[in-house]
Amino acid sequence: MYNFEVEKPGTLAEATAAMAGEDAQALGGGQTLIPTLKQRLASPAKLVSLSGVAEMQGISKDGDALRIGGATTHGAVAADGNYPALSALAAQIGDPAVRNRGTIGGSLANNDPAACYPAAALGSGATIITTNREIAADDYFQGMFDTALDEGEIVTAVSFPIPQAANYQKFVQPASRFALVGVFLAKYADGIRVAVTGASNEGVFRWAEAEAALGDDFSASALDGLSVPADNMISDLHGPAAYRAHLVKVMTGRAVTAAG
Amino acid sequence: MPKDTGIGASPVRREDVRFLTGTGEYTDDIVLAKQTYAVFARSTVAHGTIKSIDTSAAEGMPGVLAVFTGEDFVEVGGNPAGWLINSRNGEPMKEPKRPVLAHGKVRHVGDAYAAVIAETIEQARDAVEAIEADIDELPAVVDMNDALSGSNFVHDEIETNQCFDWGWIEDNRDATDNAIKNAHHVTTLELVNNRLVPNAMEPRASIGSYKASTGEYTLHTTSQNPHLTRLLISAFVLGIPENMLTVIAPDVGGGFGSKIYHYGEEALVLAAAKKLGRPVKWTADRTESFLTDAHGRDHVTKIELALDKEGNFLAFRTDTKANVGAYLSNFSTATPTFLHGTLMAGNYTVPLVYVNVKAVFTNTAPVDAYRGAGRPEATYSLERVIDKAARELRMDPIELRRKNFIKPDQYPYASAAGLEYDAGNYDALMDKMEEVADVAGFEARRKQSEANGLMRGFGVNAYIEACGIAPSNLVGVLGSRVGLYDAATVRVNATGNLSVMVGAHSHGQGHETAFPQVVAEMLGIDPAVIDIVHGDTSKIPFGMGTYGSRSLAVCGSAVVRATEKIINKAKKIAGHMLEASDQDITLENGVFSVAGTDKSVTFGEVALKAYIPHEYPLEDIEPGLEETAFYDPANFTYPSGAYACEVEVDPETGKVRVDRMCAVDDFGNVINPMIVTGQVHGGLAQGIGQALVENTSYDENGQLLSASYMDYTMPRADDMPMFHVDHSQGTPCTHNPLGVKGCGEAGAIGSPPTVVNAVIDALQSGGTNVTHIDMPVTPARVWDAMQNAKSEEA
Amino acid sequence: MTKVTMTVNGKAVSGDVEGRTLLSSFLREDQGLTGTHVGCDTSQCGACVVHVDGAAVKACTMLAAEADGANVDTIEGQSNADGSLNVIQQAFQDHHGLQCGFCTPGMVMSAAALLKDNPKPSETEVREYLEGNICRCTGYHNIVKAIMAASGQDVTAIAAE
Repeated sequence: MYNFEVEKPGTLAEATAAMAGEDAQALGGGQTLIPTLKQRLASPAKLVSLSGVAEMQGISKDGDALRIGGATTHGAVAADGNYPALSALAAQIGDPAVRNRGTIGGSLANNDPAACYPAAALGSGATIITTNREIAADDYFQGMFDTALDEGEIVTAVSFPIPQAANYQKFVQPASRFALVGVFLAKYADGIRVAVTGASNEGVFRWAEAEAALGDDFSASALDGLSVPADNMISDLHGPAAYRAHLVKVMTGRAVTAAG
Repeated sequence: MPKDTGIGASPVRREDVRFLTGTGEYTDDIVLAKQTYAVFARSTVAHGTIKSIDTSAAEGMPGVLAVFTGEDFVEVGGNPAGWLINSRNGEPMKEPKRPVLAHGKVRHVGDAYAAVIAETIEQARDAVEAIEADIDELPAVVDMNDALSGSNFVHDEIETNQCFDWGWIEDNRDATDNAIKNAHHVTTLELVNNRLVPNAMEPRASIGSYKASTGEYTLHTTSQNPHLTRLLISAFVLGIPENMLTVIAPDVGGGFGSKIYHYGEEALVLAAAKKLGRPVKWTADRTESFLTDAHGRDHVTKIELALDKEGNFLAFRTDTKANVGAYLSNFSTATPTFLHGTLMAGNYTVPLVYVNVKAVFTNTAPVDAYRGAGRPEATYSLERVIDKAARELRMDPIELRRKNFIKPDQYPYASAAGLEYDAGNYDALMDKMEEVADVAGFEARRKQSEANGLMRGFGVNAYIEACGIAPSNLVGVLGSRVGLYDAATVRVNATGNLSVMVGAHSHGQGHETAFPQVVAEMLGIDPAVIDIVHGDTSKIPFGMGTYGSRSLAVCGSAVVRATEKIINKAKKIAGHMLEASDQDITLENGVFSVAGTDKSVTFGEVALKAYIPHEYPLEDIEPGLEETAFYDPANFTYPSGAYACEVEVDPETGKVRVDRMCAVDDFGNVINPMIVTGQVHGGLAQGIGQALVENTSYDENGQLLSASYMDYTMPRADDMPMFHVDHSQGTPCTHNPLGVKGCGEAGAIGSPPTVVNAVIDALQSGGTNVTHIDMPVTPARVWDAMQNAKSEEA
Repeated sequence: MTKVTMTVNGKAVSGDVEGRTLLSSFLREDQGLTGTHVGCDTSQCGACVVHVDGAAVKACTMLAAEADGANVDTIEGQSNADGSLNVIQQAFQDHHGLQCGFCTPGMVMSAAALLKDNPKPSETEVREYLEGNICRCTGYHNIVKAIMAASGQDVTAIAAE
């Protein structure tokens, strides 16, 4: 690693001020950032550790929505029961030790194309709350490792509307334990949302055809006639594009069945 | 003596306490006074000409003490291959120099061309980035077929990229060809034995130090055989006199073959330590391990099996290309030849075997022995083609194997591949396997799986392997440049406790527990008073190290011989003490007695007498009680086994889950069943890993795509079932004193074909006509094979 | 350099660290606690698992500065007060749950974290919990068996040997 300073603000105001410095980078749980720094692929002058920011902690019910502080660990979300499909997803991220450090804000800010949380956020139509504004998930994810966040902007919380039913199906990439394909499906009064991670070169995406078909008939057989084009799917040593496209459909079907 | 401590008992391992309390001492744990740190500059291209290396900026960086390049080692020797192979036409193999640091060209991603020594590791890393290397990239040679036919050469002087073209047994070639031409049925299979990265959990590390006042060097290093490392550094690479170099392999966190070999980093830290007058430490990170540890396997094979109409095997013929990577690692030429071709008769009475192996240089990491080393490749080819033949002939795969097994009354048996098997009983292993694996219950389990929407398959395998390569006279004729004996010293101290110095090195195998069981049993004393010393060339007479499942069969036999010498001398001393002939002295439960009398002395009293030789027949017996033995075996040992596996395959995703894994092995006599069982477990996991998940992937430019745990899949706990392991059917080895055979590699040899056979059975039972899938059998590959089979039917 | 203070295995310790100093480096190099091993660079192998404020974390993927003020437990602090092996360590020895020993500290620390939350885990739960701990020697069979035995469960029925 190149050297850097570490700043540990206690409040959001302090964090925002710290991020204003040159080459400052936010540090969530560090479970992706620290390995990246070890490879010397980044050289921030300062890391602003968010784990001590009081306003970014905790999970609270807010009407029909669940608000999760940006510095909340995967382990804490997994242990929370208010949105069972989301907790189940969090329980599948990384491994127990990683879940004790990694945070939802860190994951969403990084937007790894194979990460689990982007599927939940997009699949739930969540709102990403930052130091500056609120961003709808549909506007937030802008491609692999790319988000609507501006320089210095911090994900302080995420608000998930709690659906009538939901499920996450993850087919793991066996080495990294990220998703080779992950499908998050949620059923709301106003429709079905299906978000897919791990599969596309564009990062997380919504499978509109499946959402429409499932809106008419919420059963796995509703997907029978559909297929996912392999054109823009990731192809790597773990599976070619066509296989990922196939898995998207299989995992979506399973999510429907499991969501009931 | 209590039954729970000697041969056949399973006392808990004494080495465990330090590992469980964090007080083990691995190389990277060691901190020497004034220690400095080495970091290597490694090639990011697979193949290139080094036009210039400018180290001046790096030398001026904070904390930098020295920078080395290949130029600095032009005058010293190369790291040699340990086995000379001659091609079919009689020409010796091509043997390019393997330098300490690359010079002239870089030949694989990770090839080190410079090294920085600095006060801290981060300073050294900073300085490595400041080295300006002008490397002119050349086209990479990656695929073996391209290597043999192309015009790009890994070593400019080897204008075919072929190391050798070996035939075994060359005199059988025509007869084998004819047998295949005229056979009732020939089954053919083309397969890949996938390249594996050994992945010992402890990355390699070395510390060189030098004492100017005496000229002595010390190397702490992660080695499976410190004496061989010393010999290679002294005799071939740096020319340090052997008596001025101590090599210490302290606790070593696994090896699996990858730490047998001498590596350039070891030479570099020694040379740097001398230059600086300070210790120099290097510790690999995991990516360096992926890029530079010797890899395993990587064969591409076509195998043919000729059968008569009753299913009797008439001949096996194989055509194999073996990737040796960019340089010859120490055992890389023995592995695809004598450790592979000689096993190609398997457990069978087949009369003809012909094996052709072409070894090929490529711009990839060197390939060498990895757990099993040649025998897994042989077993995989044989047991896959036999399974395919059974399916083609509509014969039961177990019955087809049984029909061709060597029978118990046929030993010693001269195999068609040139080995003499001393003992075995393959039918008994198969019987036991059918019982332990509950073969009878399979159909019911299959129905249950089908009810759950899954395809269940059953796979079987019989293997034989060869351990404890020997004797030295024979391997010398076959091209080995080293002897393959081992050595032990048994030192009885005056107070009656023992130090046993062994040439084998324990890095997980439990020697510190198992070897005392042998000595204690022979002497009739408490094993707690016996200490095993290993891994330090200054304390041990000599040793050839631990690999090839040889430690107990070879080094254990040396321990037995040295202990026998101790007993003989102790009996003389006891005879003197008891005023009787040593011929009349018996040793039982640690007490020497005069037969037929009540006169006796204890082992401890004899030890004390040896060191305080008052009233002692100095004219007949020397004082002291210490004996050394070197043991050179008369033959290989031949473990064998029958394995079974049941898998479930998800027809929608292609995912394979191993549900049941059963290993029935003949290891001959067993010293510590707990340790032996643990060795089998580990081998099974590595074999299942090879079969299902481990994928070493280079792209066409020679970039290693699977260079970290993000992409190279290590088997995890939830990939494994509980294993059913049995070794009750042992037939003792006939030529070593313990009757032992070796258990370290069996699991990794026997399991890959078992798993793949089970997957094919599952797919076939599910109505999909898939006859082969190359390892690793990933979900994507299964799905792809199913799609192809469906489209062929359509 | 920044000064950090933490409690390691019940003892207050402090040291000067750089921003980039990892908790694993602080433990190994500054504190001489070399039982915490480093086996990879990508937070997968788990040889470095320690407990920070009671939770299992990978010490190679946490900055020492972030552990300032924390309670850190490592393998060196696991034995009973009289120096004997604790129940998990003893079960690993009794059931041959280790071979080369390199992954063992992380395995023991993960097992301790598991059993704290789930005192009687099933075989499946143990295997899933060990997702972040890689062992190359044992095939996991005896590790799983040892952890179940440490939880007081009868493991004699687990597959022959």
